[in-house]
Amino acid sequence: MERRRVVITGMGAVSPFGVGAGTLADSVVGGKSGVRRVPELELYEGLGSLVAAPVEGVDPKIIPRKHRRTMSPMSIYATLAAEEALLQARLDRGQCAGGDMGVAIGSSVGSTISTQQSYSDFFNFNSLEKMRSTGFFKIMNHSCAANVCHALGITGRVLAASSACSTSCQTIGYGAEMVAFGRQEIMVCGGAEEYHPLITATFDIMNASSRGFNRHPERTPRPFDRDRDGVVCADGCGIVILESLDSARRRGVPVLAEVAGFATVSDITNMVNPDADFMEICMRKALDDAGVMPDRIDYINAHATGTDQGDRAESEAVGRVFGPRTAVSSLKGHMGHTMAASGALEIVAVIELINRGCIPPTLNLENVAPDCAGIRHITAVEFQETTWALKNSFAFGGVNSSIVLRRMEHD
Amino acid sequence: MTEQEIIERIDASLAEEFELDPDDMVPEATLFDDLGLDSLDMVDMVIALEHAFKIKIRDEEEIRKIRTLGDIHRFVINKAKELEMM
Repeated sequence: MERRRVVITGMGAVSPFGVGAGTLADSVVGGKSGVRRVPELELYEGLGSLVAAPVEGVDPKIIPRKHRRTMSPMSIYATLAAEEALLQARLDRGQCAGGDMGVAIGSSVGSTISTQQSYSDFFNFNSLEKMRSTGFFKIMNHSCAANVCHALGITGRVLAASSACSTSCQTIGYGAEMVAFGRQEIMVCGGAEEYHPLITATFDIMNASSRGFNRHPERTPRPFDRDRDGVVCADGCGIVILESLDSARRRGVPVLAEVAGFATVSDITNMVNPDADFMEICMRKALDDAGVMPDRIDYINAHATGTDQGDRAESEAVGRVFGPRTAVSSLKGHMGHTMAASGALEIVAVIELINRGCIPPTLNLENVAPDCAGIRHITAVEFQETTWALKNSFAFGGVNSSIVLRRMEHD
Repeated sequence: MTEQEIIERIDASLAEEFELDPDDMVPEATLFDDLGLDSLDMVDMVIALEHAFKIKIRDEEEIRKIRTLGDIHRFVINKAKELEMM
């Protein structure tokens, strides 16, 4: 079966820094932190982590009510990011509606905000009195994918992968395979997350949230650092437009990067604790899929969220595969963990930056922890030519995903 | 309440709920074609009216016959008379 080369021709982002892929990249290069203290978290008794990096400043009303009525914040982010990406890829409404374009966008869960708003009376008082007709469309697991299709008139395949922090690496990987094997001409892929205190609480009860920097939010999370103390939850959406290289050339649109390889594996050692062996297997499979040796990889964008065990296991796995020379950094220090959006948002940032000739540092990495040593950590913006990059996403449930990206020279 | 007060409260609550342009809210405006609402909106319209007037109307057969904004005005005015709210 012929396998077509798959490239990215459009990107969109709604991140803790605001709307726009350029805004995201500028903020990362500028060393900004999207993390802040969230007073609402103080309302929850026993919650130790009071920081988060929620999206601010998005006006939902720029989406018509007809479409917005079934959208929670995550679908609003997804729609705005998809619009930005389609615009950059020079794809119009007619191309959306032709049946050759599909959507693969997922989230960790349906909207918790909407579940609370629409169903609190149902759960607490067995009452349907205040239940809105549109509530379900915000909490269904394919809410983002369906809402983007309806808002933008996209009529092809619909996939709503849901694998927590691996979600958008998977949607991009599976979307790339659909394009590679000719099932769809164009795929709109990514992931979205919306912040709710319950996300922070979920990590908090597992002792995996950052609790030690409530007075200095910008100093956490601290991936790979000696003083790292856990995850900071965030939200947003990242979207990429995938199409074949032939299609991009035929349409005469700039190619931003190639999705050269993808792998996803199930780590069955533990539902929560990551295992270096399965991380290594995942990265090696992605490299095999791309047909590239580890020593060709110029930069690794790590999953590294700032947890003890996750960062340690990833450092070990990266060291085994790539040794001490390949540049490694995590973007969690800048914008926290955007969960289902993280893979796509971080891929968007990486592509923006390698196309500007630089790679980002790990913000807040001041003292490399002994258990994260042995790999080349980046602690300041470095100007280097990057042709090959690898992105990792490792999720609860043992879902590992890696994507190999290749910068295109002359397209 | 006077009939005019009821009409104003209906129009205000529906304008807020469905982000309608007050200029479009004439009594002869059809809910689906002229105001752009659909069957999902009709469910939420009932909730909005129940909330605005503190009444229960969702099980009323007459609701199914509503086609225009004027139909809503007449329905709620009749309901208000029935409940001696006027």
